[in-house]
Amino acid sequence: MQPINRMKIEFDSKSTNEAFARVVVAAFAAQLDPTLEDLADLKTAVSEAVTNAIIHGYEQKPGTIYMECILYPNSIKVIIEDHGVGIEDIEKARTPAFTTKPELERSGMGFSVMESFMDSLQIESEKGKGTKITMTKKFFRD
Amino acid sequence: MDITIKQENQVLTVYLKGELDHHAVSKIKDAIDLQILKASVKKLVLDMSGVTFMDSSGIGLIVGRYNRIKSFGGSMTIKNPSQSLLKILKMSGIDQLMKIC
Repeated sequence: MQPINRMKIEFDSKSTNEAFARVVVAAFAAQLDPTLEDLADLKTAVSEAVTNAIIHGYEQKPGTIYMECILYPNSIKVIIEDHGVGIEDIEKARTPAFTTKPELERSGMGFSVMESFMDSLQIESEKGKGTKITMTKKFFRD
Repeated sequence: MDITIKQENQVLTVYLKGELDHHAVSKIKDAIDLQILKASVKKLVLDMSGVTFMDSSGIGLIVGRYNRIKSFGGSMTIKNPSQSLLKILKMSGIDQLMKIC
């Protein structure tokens, strides 16, 4: 399916940008006129991915987060990438309630929320190179 | 995120207003914990009627406070979550840990 619109931004790995990122994606997706529930799901998943990049990818140190959105007639694809430390074991990271940072009271539910609130989730990561999250959300169903 | 804390006897009610994400959690966690310790609280009520957004960082905050109050022999209740908050609370199993009303 051919994309109908596309945008790409980059921003600092700062916790204040978690709200910025989810609002930007919601504003971009709004042109498809999704339901409020679908928009809320999308915002939550984006927030999870950006928070992961800040806390786990860059370990709360300075870095740059790259975010790309591609709109299709009935769906959106969101790509969130960091050039941080990478994930050692992706399967383990996807396990509900697993966290490498219990001292920060992380719930370990980030990937479960992304999986549950979006229609697809792809995680690519290389240790020492970074992590790329690709998620899609369908707004209209047949 | 705005936080208002009210204490009556051994019940601590925390009113949250705004968006509950990792950025907000790091600011309010210590304020709640300090009050739990100061007032020998036996019941913590988290009123979420003013919370317009929450992700799994909010789950971490809730479970962390639940563990703390439980270690003092107390209990915790969540009040007035919106439908979207309820969705993430249920998928995380928080409704199995405490009362949500």
